[in-house]
Amino acid sequence: MIVYNFLIHFGRYLRLMGQAFSRPERWRMFFKQYVKEMSQLGIDSIGIVLLISFFIGAVICIQIKLNIQSPWMPHWVSGYVTREIMLLEFSSSIMCLILSGKVGSNIASELGTMRTTQQIDALEIMGVNPASFLILPKIVGLLTLIPALVTFSTFSGIIGAYATAYIGHIITPSDLTAGLQHTFTQWFFWMGVIKSLFFAFIISSVSSYYGYTVEGGSIEVGKASTNAVVSCSMLILFSDLFLTQLLS
Amino acid sequence: MIEIHNLHKRFDDREVLKGITSKFENGKTNLIIGQSGSGKTVLLKNIVGLFTPTEGDVLYDGRSFMAMTKKERAMLRREMGMIFQSAALFDSMSVLENVMFPLDMFSDMSYKDRVRRAMFCLERVNLGEAAAKYPGEISGGMQKRVAIARAIALNPRYLFCDEPNSGLDPKTSLVIDELIHGITAEYGTTTIINTHDMNSVMGIGEHILFIYEGYAEWEGTKDEVVNSNNEKLNNFIFASDLFRKVKDAQIGGE
Repeated sequence: MIVYNFLIHFGRYLRLMGQAFSRPERWRMFFKQYVKEMSQLGIDSIGIVLLISFFIGAVICIQIKLNIQSPWMPHWVSGYVTREIMLLEFSSSIMCLILSGKVGSNIASELGTMRTTQQIDALEIMGVNPASFLILPKIVGLLTLIPALVTFSTFSGIIGAYATAYIGHIITPSDLTAGLQHTFTQWFFWMGVIKSLFFAFIISSVSSYYGYTVEGGSIEVGKASTNAVVSCSMLILFSDLFLTQLLS
Repeated sequence: MIEIHNLHKRFDDREVLKGITSKFENGKTNLIIGQSGSGKTVLLKNIVGLFTPTEGDVLYDGRSFMAMTKKERAMLRREMGMIFQSAALFDSMSVLENVMFPLDMFSDMSYKDRVRRAMFCLERVNLGEAAAKYPGEISGGMQKRVAIARAIALNPRYLFCDEPNSGLDPKTSLVIDELIHGITAEYGTTTIINTHDMNSVMGIGEHILFIYEGYAEWEGTKDEVVNSNNEKLNNFIFASDLFRKVKDAQIGGE
C-alpha cells in the first residue's frame, strides 16, 4: 500500500512537473513572477540563514576547542573543522533542511490557499497554464539564489567562529585563521553549491506539488504544508547520502 | 450560443448530472437554479471545462469543447470571463493589477493602454477609486465587482458567474445583478449565472434552467416561473412566505 501510494504521488508529481516546465505564455509575466519569487523565497531567507549560520559556526568552534581539542592535536584543528563542517554539510544540507521548513511551508500554503480560494481555477479559466505560471518561477527563483545563500551561510559561520575568538576569547584569532586557511580544497565549496541546487529543486518542486494538489479547506492546506516540509526533509536527507558519495 | 447535450457527470458511484440538455443564447442572462447540492456548480464547471463530463458534450457556437485540442481550448478560454463565488481575486495583486492581469497575459497593448482599459473596466463597475487597494482591503461586494471588471477586461464572448450574490446584502446583490445584466446586453455575451437567489431569478432571469437532483427539471423565463405548475419548481421558488404571497397576489390580480 505504501509503495502504491508512493507511485501514485510520484506519477502525479511528474505530470505536474511536465505541466510546470512548459514554455511560459508571456515571458514578460514570467520574469515579473521570477523576480517576485527570488525576493520572496531567497532574499527574505537571507536573515534566517545568516543568523543560524552565525550561531552554528560559533558553537562548532567552541565545541571543538573545549571538548575535542587536546594537547596532542595541532593548534589549528578548531578552525579547520569549523570550516570543513560549514562547507561540506551545514551550509548546504542543514541550511536546506532549515529552508525546507521556511520556504517549503510558505510555497505549500500559498499554493494551497490559492487552490481552495479558486484562484488557480480562475487562472485556468483565463487560458493560463497555472502550473507553469505559478510553479516554474518558484523553482527557477530558488535555484538562482541558493548558491548565494550557501555562500552567505559559510561566511556567516566563519564570522561566528571569529566572534568566539574576539568576544568569547575561546580561541586565539591566529589559531582560528591558521585552521581556516589550512589545506583549503576549493572543490568542497563547489560540492556544497551543487548539493544545494539539488535540494533547492526538491524544496520548491515537492512543496509546490503538495500545495497545488490540495483538495478541501484550511485544514487540508495545513496538512499539505506539514507534508511538504516532512517530505522535503526526508528527500534532502536521502539525496544528501547519495550526492555526498557521488561528489566525494 | 452555448449548447449542452446529454451531459452526465459521475464521481465514483455517485451520478451528479443525469443527462442535461439545454441551450444558452447570446445577449441573454441565462440562469441555472436549484437547491444546494442539486448539481448547479458541477454543471457550470463542466461547461467551462474545469471538470470533464462522463458523457455528453458542450458546444460553443457549434464547436465541440470535448473535441478541441489543448491549444484550441486555451484559445477559447481567452474568450471566457468567469466570476467565482469567492471572487477568486489574486491576493498578492492590487485591484488594478487584478483587472490588468488578463490584458498583461493575452493582449499586445502598450502598458499605458492596458492601464487605461483596466481603469475603464473598473469605472464600469464604479470602483475607479479602489484601483490601488488590495483585495483584503475591500468589502465582499467590491471584490465581486472587481471580479466582474476582470472578467470583462478582454471583452469576453462568454461570461460565467458562480453564485455571484452569495454572502452579499440584498442591495449589493441588486447592483451585481444589474451590472451583469447590463454588460450582457451591452456586449452581447452569452452569460450563464448559477444562483439560488430568487431576487435574481425574478429580476434578470431571461432564460432559467431549473436543476433538480441532477436532472433538467424545468426551463422557461422569469414570467413563466410565476405561472408554472411544476410542483418541484414551485416548492423551490416559492419556499418563502413572501414569494408565495407575491405569486398569489399576481395570480389574483390577473
